[in-house]
Amino acid sequence: MARQNVKASFWRGVTQALPFFVVIVPFAMLFGVVATEAGLNVFEALTFSVVVIAGASQFTAVQLLADGAPAWVALISALTINLRMAMYSASMTPHLGPAPPWTRVILAYFMLDQTYALAHVEYESKTLTLEEKIAYFFGIVVPIGIPWYIFTVLGAIIGKSIPSSYGLDFAVPIAFLAMIGPMLRTRAHMLAAFVAVVLALLFAWLPYNLGLMVGAFGGMITGAQVELMTTRRSPE
Amino acid sequence: MIDRDALWFVIIGLGVGSFVFRYAFLGLVGSKTLPDWLLRHLRYTGVSVLPALIAPMVLWPAANGGQTDPVRLAAAAVTFAAAYWLKNVLVAMLGGALVLIGLPMLY
Repeated sequence: MARQNVKASFWRGVTQALPFFVVIVPFAMLFGVVATEAGLNVFEALTFSVVVIAGASQFTAVQLLADGAPAWVALISALTINLRMAMYSASMTPHLGPAPPWTRVILAYFMLDQTYALAHVEYESKTLTLEEKIAYFFGIVVPIGIPWYIFTVLGAIIGKSIPSSYGLDFAVPIAFLAMIGPMLRTRAHMLAAFVAVVLALLFAWLPYNLGLMVGAFGGMITGAQVELMTTRRSPE
Repeated sequence: MIDRDALWFVIIGLGVGSFVFRYAFLGLVGSKTLPDWLLRHLRYTGVSVLPALIAPMVLWPAANGGQTDPVRLAAAAVTFAAAYWLKNVLVAMLGGALVLIGLPMLY
């Protein structure tokens, strides 16, 4: 019975992540193309995707290097974009923290925007055992993590022969907006998102993507405060 | 042409750094319970980081030279509205893609 539930969790993960495969494919290929145009060969582009496995930061790093920015500026800018991963890691800890040490290493490596978003929704909405949670996470990795490598290579091979078609750049915002919608379950969630957006826009002028950090922390504090006020008013 | 030393410095540095971020809490805190106030803030990580990440991309898309683009804005609005009311990620993404590709054809 337990084994069956674990299997079911894995396949639910695979199925629920399938829509994101549609997003990952053009995004990964785009990285391959951009990397090739910046002068990277197929091996370098693939290594980038395997070692870093974080799209937005990879684009930033390659872009800055191609623009002639110093290596440390490219590195720090790209790293600040990935600071959010630490928040994802913390957010997943109550659910995946009890996993065996090596499993945690692999789970951490695959902590991406999409895997985090899906796992977060699943873990908050269902009561699952640790094994089911791990199986679900590995299930989502299959259509999201693995194609990231394959289509980076494909993009790098096809390289310059692809015209940068209209709107491909917008695949990421579309995918994230689609994920945010169902997350806005309570007033606290909505206000958190609202404050995060306003602050991120107000502080977009800050260097090194610090506007993202201001927005993120502002949103989290707002959500926590609203939750506190709501529970105080109506103790359950 | 990108300098090869600089490239490998960035690839390895970014890879190691990103892994440290991802592993930080999950790996080191493990099954020890986190304090309530921290958990309360962490519940709002997703709804804060993701909107903050994309808000500037939606309003000032780099592919449009940082200028607001009505087509991208409309696509974003449709995606979000569909995602919020229908709570269906795939339908929302398809709706947004349809607007993004279809709207310029109407001009």
